[in-house]
Amino acid sequence: MKIIHSDQILSAVKELIFCCVVNVENQACELLRQIQEDNEPAKWALDQIIENIDFAKQNNLPPCQDTGLAVFFLEVGQDVHITGGYIEDILNEAVRQSYTQNYFRKSTLDPLTRVNYNDNAPAIINTRIVKGDKLSIHFLAKGAGSENMGALYLLTPSKGRQGIIDSVVDCVQKAGANPCPPIIIGVGVGGDMEKACIMAKYALTRPTGTPSKDEDVKQLEKEILQAVNNLGIGVQGFGGKNTAISVAVEKFATHIGMLPVAVNIQCYSARHGKIVL
Amino acid sequence: MVKKYITLPISEQELVELKAGELVFLSGTLYTARDAAHKRITEALENNQKTPFELKDSAIYYTGPAPAKEGEIIGVCGPTSSSRMDEYTPKLLEMGVKIMIGKGNRSQYVIESMKKNKAVYLCAVGGAAAIIKKYIKSAEVIAYEDLGTEAVRKLDVENFPLIVCIDSKGNSLFRR
Repeated sequence: MKIIHSDQILSAVKELIFCCVVNVENQACELLRQIQEDNEPAKWALDQIIENIDFAKQNNLPPCQDTGLAVFFLEVGQDVHITGGYIEDILNEAVRQSYTQNYFRKSTLDPLTRVNYNDNAPAIINTRIVKGDKLSIHFLAKGAGSENMGALYLLTPSKGRQGIIDSVVDCVQKAGANPCPPIIIGVGVGGDMEKACIMAKYALTRPTGTPSKDEDVKQLEKEILQAVNNLGIGVQGFGGKNTAISVAVEKFATHIGMLPVAVNIQCYSARHGKIVL
Repeated sequence: MVKKYITLPISEQELVELKAGELVFLSGTLYTARDAAHKRITEALENNQKTPFELKDSAIYYTGPAPAKEGEIIGVCGPTSSSRMDEYTPKLLEMGVKIMIGKGNRSQYVIESMKKNKAVYLCAVGGAAAIIKKYIKSAEVIAYEDLGTEAVRKLDVENFPLIVCIDSKGNSLFRR
C-alpha cells in the first residue's frame, strides 16, 4: 500500500494546472506548425495562432481567455491510501488556488441562477479504480466554445461503421467555425449513453495525433479524419483542408440493440497534461 | 489581402465599403458584452431603461477577459463564439450597433438584420487571446460589475487586427 498525503497532491495539481493552462500541448503545436493553407484569411489566422501560442508560452500567459472548466480523469490504484483530506476537496482546492493565484478566468457558475462562483471550482472529476499503487491525475482545461459543439448519437446497429463516420461528420459540419478549428476530435463508440460521452472526452487525453493501439480503431480514426477534412471548413472556418488535426476514438462493448457514438470537440488550443504520484 | 485602418466611430461610407475577407486595423472605443450582458441590455431596452452605453454607432466586442494582474490594463482577452449572441442581435442592430466583433458564424436572421440595418461582423482569431492584449490601451468596467468577467467594459484599442467575416451586403467568409 502506498500512502499519499493531500499536501503532495495539492501542490502537484496546482503546478499541473498552471503548466497546462499556459502551454498548448506540444504535439498539437507541432501539428499546427505543419499545416498549410492556400487562402489568405486562413493563412493570416494560422500566423496569429502560432504567434499567440509562442507569445503565451514566453510570457506565462494563458493563450486563450477561456481557461475552461477544470476536468480531471483520475486513475486511483487500489493499493493507494490518500491521507489528509478527501481527494475531490483537494482537487477543487487546487483549482481554486491555481485559477486565482495565476489570474486565470473563473467561468463556473450555478446553471439556474447563473451566479458566478468566482473560483472556477468545482471541477468535473471522473474517477476509475485501477490496479496498482499509483495515483494518476490527468487535467484538461476545457473551453465552452468547443465543448458546446459536442453531440451524442444513439444509432441503431444497422447504421454500422459508416454510421459512426457520418455522425462525426454531421457533428463537425454543424459546429462549423464555432469550436475554433482546426479541431481535435474525441469519439466514444459503444458502451451506453454516458459511457460513450466519457470515452469521447477521455480520448482527448491522448497526446494529439497519437493513433489508437487497436489497428481497427486506428483505421477508423484515419477514415474519420479524412471525411471531416473533406468538409472544407478549414482554419477558423475560413475554408481549406485543415478542419481537424487529429481524431482519437475510444471503444467499449455495447448492447446488441445499440450503437452509441459520442463526439467531443477540442479546439486547437489543447491544454491538458498528466501527473503520476 | 486588402488592409484598412479604421478609427471608431465608423462612418457609413467606410462601413458599406468593407468587404468580407478584408483585414481591418481598428482603433477607438469598443464595448465588451457577452451572454449575460446581452441579456441585461435586452431587458433594459424592453423596460425602456438606459443601456450601459449609447448603442447608436457603437462597436461591441464579444469577450470575457481574464483578470488583470496588478499594474496591467487587462488580462488575456480573445473573442468568444458569436452565435450565442444571435438571438439578442437584431434588436441591438435596430438600435444602431454598427460593428460586432467575435468568432465563428452567425445565423441567417442575423445576416438579414445586418443588411437591413447596415452593420458589419468582424472576427478576431479564436484562441489568440494573449496577443490581443497588446492592442488594448485602456479598460474600464462601466456596468454590471457583479457579472465579473461578463461585465460591460469600455476598451480603447489601437490597430486591433480583425478580418471582415460578414459585410453589410451579407457576403460571408464562412462556408455555410
